[in-house]
Amino acid sequence: MPLPPDVDSKRFAAAMRELRTIVGEQWVFTSEEDVDLYRDAYTPFFGEPEEYIPCGAVAPASVEQVQEVVRLANRHHIPLWPISTGRNLGYGGAAPRLSGTMVLDLKRMNRVLEVNDTLAYALVEPGVSYFDFYRHLRDNNHKVWMDCPDPGWGSLIGNALDHGLGHTVYRDHFDSHCGMEVVLPSGELMRTGMGAMPNNPLWQGFKYGFGPHVSPIFGQSNFGVVTKMGFWLLPEQDEVRSHIISVRRNTDLEAFLDTMSYLVNSGLIDSSWQLVSAIRGSSDSEIRAALAAHAPDAELERLGAAKNLGYWSTRIRFYGPSAVNAARWDYVRKRMATIPDVFFSDGKVYTFPMDTDSVQDEPDDLFAKGGLGIPSLAIFSLGARNGSQGHIFFSPIIPATAREYRKALEVFRQAYADLGLPPLNFVGGWSWYRRTLVLLFNMPITHDIAGNQRMRANYKRLVQIGAEHGWSEYRTAPAFMDDVMEQLSFNNHALRRFHETVKDALDPNGILAPGKSGIWPKHLRGKA
Amino acid sequence: MQTRVVAALAAMVATFGGVGVPAQQTAAAARAPDPTFEKWCSHCHRSGIYMAGTLGLQRKYNGSKPALLEERDDLTVASVKVFVRHGSNSMPPFRKTEISDAELDALASYLAKQ
Repeated sequence: MPLPPDVDSKRFAAAMRELRTIVGEQWVFTSEEDVDLYRDAYTPFFGEPEEYIPCGAVAPASVEQVQEVVRLANRHHIPLWPISTGRNLGYGGAAPRLSGTMVLDLKRMNRVLEVNDTLAYALVEPGVSYFDFYRHLRDNNHKVWMDCPDPGWGSLIGNALDHGLGHTVYRDHFDSHCGMEVVLPSGELMRTGMGAMPNNPLWQGFKYGFGPHVSPIFGQSNFGVVTKMGFWLLPEQDEVRSHIISVRRNTDLEAFLDTMSYLVNSGLIDSSWQLVSAIRGSSDSEIRAALAAHAPDAELERLGAAKNLGYWSTRIRFYGPSAVNAARWDYVRKRMATIPDVFFSDGKVYTFPMDTDSVQDEPDDLFAKGGLGIPSLAIFSLGARNGSQGHIFFSPIIPATAREYRKALEVFRQAYADLGLPPLNFVGGWSWYRRTLVLLFNMPITHDIAGNQRMRANYKRLVQIGAEHGWSEYRTAPAFMDDVMEQLSFNNHALRRFHETVKDALDPNGILAPGKSGIWPKHLRGKA
Repeated sequence: MQTRVVAALAAMVATFGGVGVPAQQTAAAARAPDPTFEKWCSHCHRSGIYMAGTLGLQRKYNGSKPALLEERDDLTVASVKVFVRHGSNSMPPFRKTEISDAELDALASYLAKQ
């Protein structure tokens, strides 16, 4: 195993002996067999010396133990990479950015500390997964729903801190959090918002507290170890239903997205939605042949009309009383009806109360359970069909307008051609955050070293090309964090320099997650 | 009821090109479920149209072996442990803070028939 920078084996062994007295013999992992479990299963460096490999892992069971571990790390200069459940697959898994970093595995801290049905919030520890939390809500008959990302084994805290997303009203997981407990790099314990006042009942109710609101600096950062976090939940609704809106022509995209913006920003649609093209993304052989032959839109539209496929479509979900949902859907159709030949279809209607364990998968709606806040691993079925070894996401975020989407599609289509990648007919755009589309490029991971090297070079080039047009990623894997941060260059990287100032003040020894989001401690800056 | 099942199967075939995953559990139903299997494995290795593990094994064996782990009779304690601790294709390995060695022993015994 690689050792931390500037730590020799003697000092490391001494530190591990001390660490075992804090958490217990069995919760310090240093054998190759055990440490391998913390490598990124989807590493883009498979079989290469550049792979980020931890020096070990430590799994504390309490906040007090986390504090002790952090203090020890300062004394012995052992960098720590906190993980909650370590299932951030496609964005780095459990592995650190810097080889020789010790993984701080918080999985054993897995208590749901409070669920409040009236004010609709919960307080949890990092090791609580979406599966765990769902089971807790159901087993205790709570009348609140959680939102979950597509992989249900993730942590509420870990996912929120990495700015992860789901499908329902509270799909923006970081925005939906309220109140944190953080172990600072010094080992000191801090609570944010109203948690700063002893016995204040609004820790999970009022996120700003008094004075500067600092919780956001602990997302995608290396400024502290979050040990508790509050989340707002959705009270059980009478009904959840989904509908699909489709337009026939490519030129309808402008009116379609402008109308979606009006409806979403007016609060009339409160689910995530995905821009898809049933024609450009079609698996139909006739349509694929037409795409390969660069058939004009008129021909694609004719084929689409014959097969009842829209050029552009999206599925929306409504949460609320049946009459209100019906009224909102009526209004959505009325606004959309200004687009000639727009057409609609209905998804399944779920009426509550019902036993959510009885909800079945829907063949035409991969996110049917996710849309109800029911966790699953259905998303991995996509890779299972092609024997994938894993994937990594290139995920730039752009404005949810047709002008910008068309520009992005053309820019990345050209980039794919220039890089020798397969033809890019279409890329899906997820509107999790209002006003935006996240373009999800799924880059396959293989066990072919040359293939992975090409993928990494392509990825870095795509980051640069995006930046040349003013687009950044909202999230990335450790392998590309420096590249993404490098693009945020306004006023000679004033933002990164601000992060570094904060980093140096809070973590002078640089022991927390060196390199996370491209933020390096002083002694490693420009060297790693 | 029969009509609905046929319709559902037809929809699966139309969507996924005939992935013939059994709609119900059979052999495993008689045994008491293993809590580790329920918690960690069942989300990908039961029957269903979006079960990544079952679909992956269907693809791998193409009917020569059951796609459902609980219906396999050729798994050994050792092989189960290798897959859990090393992963396979897009399935990641599982750490000891998730599945302890003792839980893995019980899981492997549950799945192994030999």
